[in-house]
Amino acid sequence: MRTLLNILLLAVATTFSAAAQDLAPDALVKNVTLEVVDLITKDKEIKAGSRAKLIQVIEAKVLPHFNFGAMTALAMGQSWGKANAEQKKQLIEEFKTLLVRTYASALAAYSEQKFDFRPLRAKPTDTDVTVNVRVLQPGAQAVTIDYSMEKTANGWKVYDVMVGGVSLVANYRTEFANTVRNSGVDGLIRDLKKKNQEKK
Amino acid sequence: MIRIVPLVLLAILGGCATPEERDPRDPYEGFNRGVYRFNDTVDDYVAAPVARTYRKAVHSELRGRVSNFFANIQDIMIGANNFLQGKFEDGVNDWARFAFNSTFGLLGIHDVASEWGLEKHNEDFGQTFGRWGAPPGPYLILPFLGSSTVRDTAGTALDWTFAPLTEVRPIDLRNTLYGLYLVNTRADLLDASQLLQEAALDRYVFQRDAYLQRRRSLIYDGSPPREKLE
Repeated sequence: MRTLLNILLLAVATTFSAAAQDLAPDALVKNVTLEVVDLITKDKEIKAGSRAKLIQVIEAKVLPHFNFGAMTALAMGQSWGKANAEQKKQLIEEFKTLLVRTYASALAAYSEQKFDFRPLRAKPTDTDVTVNVRVLQPGAQAVTIDYSMEKTANGWKVYDVMVGGVSLVANYRTEFANTVRNSGVDGLIRDLKKKNQEKK
Repeated sequence: MIRIVPLVLLAILGGCATPEERDPRDPYEGFNRGVYRFNDTVDDYVAAPVARTYRKAVHSELRGRVSNFFANIQDIMIGANNFLQGKFEDGVNDWARFAFNSTFGLLGIHDVASEWGLEKHNEDFGQTFGRWGAPPGPYLILPFLGSSTVRDTAGTALDWTFAPLTEVRPIDLRNTLYGLYLVNTRADLLDASQLLQEAALDRYVFQRDAYLQRRRSLIYDGSPPREKLE
């Protein structure tokens, strides 16, 4: 009986995780976006301006779908190879913190804009796709958000975000390269730490 | 005014320390950084405070109407630029927007055309030149105006020459509209400039790269040939 129950539990558990992993990338983006927007427009603390709560929501709902290792490596470009394992770990951690803080500020400015989730243009066999979302606002051109996503063993993960045609990862490239050239990988870690400790 | 000019030049030239390694897209980086600092000072002491006061004093609903009013006037030249780029359907769309919003939208303060499915576009002469094959040329920071390139500076000059707002008379009314436009535009950008402050390690570099990426994307109307990140 016990074994049977275990097998049953195992079956249920794998089914659920399989469901999350099998979710198509565009469906994933849509679900997460709508869930987060719903949360932040209803949460009393966030509406009262609580940044800590906002960051909590991002960490719980958004972060699991990002591949920060890949993002950091791409932003570092050729300098990535100059970093040792410990430095890489720190770079990923600091870059993640910086992006989350920036994302929190962007979300805090959200004021009931509407979303247009574009149908995915990709073959079912593709493992690297771009999911397009447009943010609509009266009197101005829609702002496009393009999520570059890669299929992994743990489901689809975002490795770059383009806002209005500006790739976040590409935009950090020159900054990171300049800093590494002038003060090395440790210098970049130091600068990122300093940046993250600045008061909001 | 004449006395201020040498001071400004001095401030700019003072900032001309040339960085060791030059970005090929930005050969005048030393000069640009000087102008950037000058613009920053103007912004810190004048533009941003005025915009913040305006944002506090004027309700967001009304500010939205003001933005719509100016956006509507701009649709004329947005349409013209679409025609110049051979995008006739888009051009007709833009002029139809202007016609509907100017009438049913009460001089443009309501963007009814968007609700009816006529999308707002983003075009200017700089993009038209880009579409015709003109390369951006060196990156430039213009006094008071900020990020540009040689191509976009030429474009901006034409944008101004043909801006319907310049035709407004009496002059007092025109100047009032200019002022309102500047303050309202800066107020619209308050969140974005705050974000830039938070995201960037080196604001100058971050803004430059974002500007160049953004312009490239606009020229191709949002789908430029993909530059693969390796």
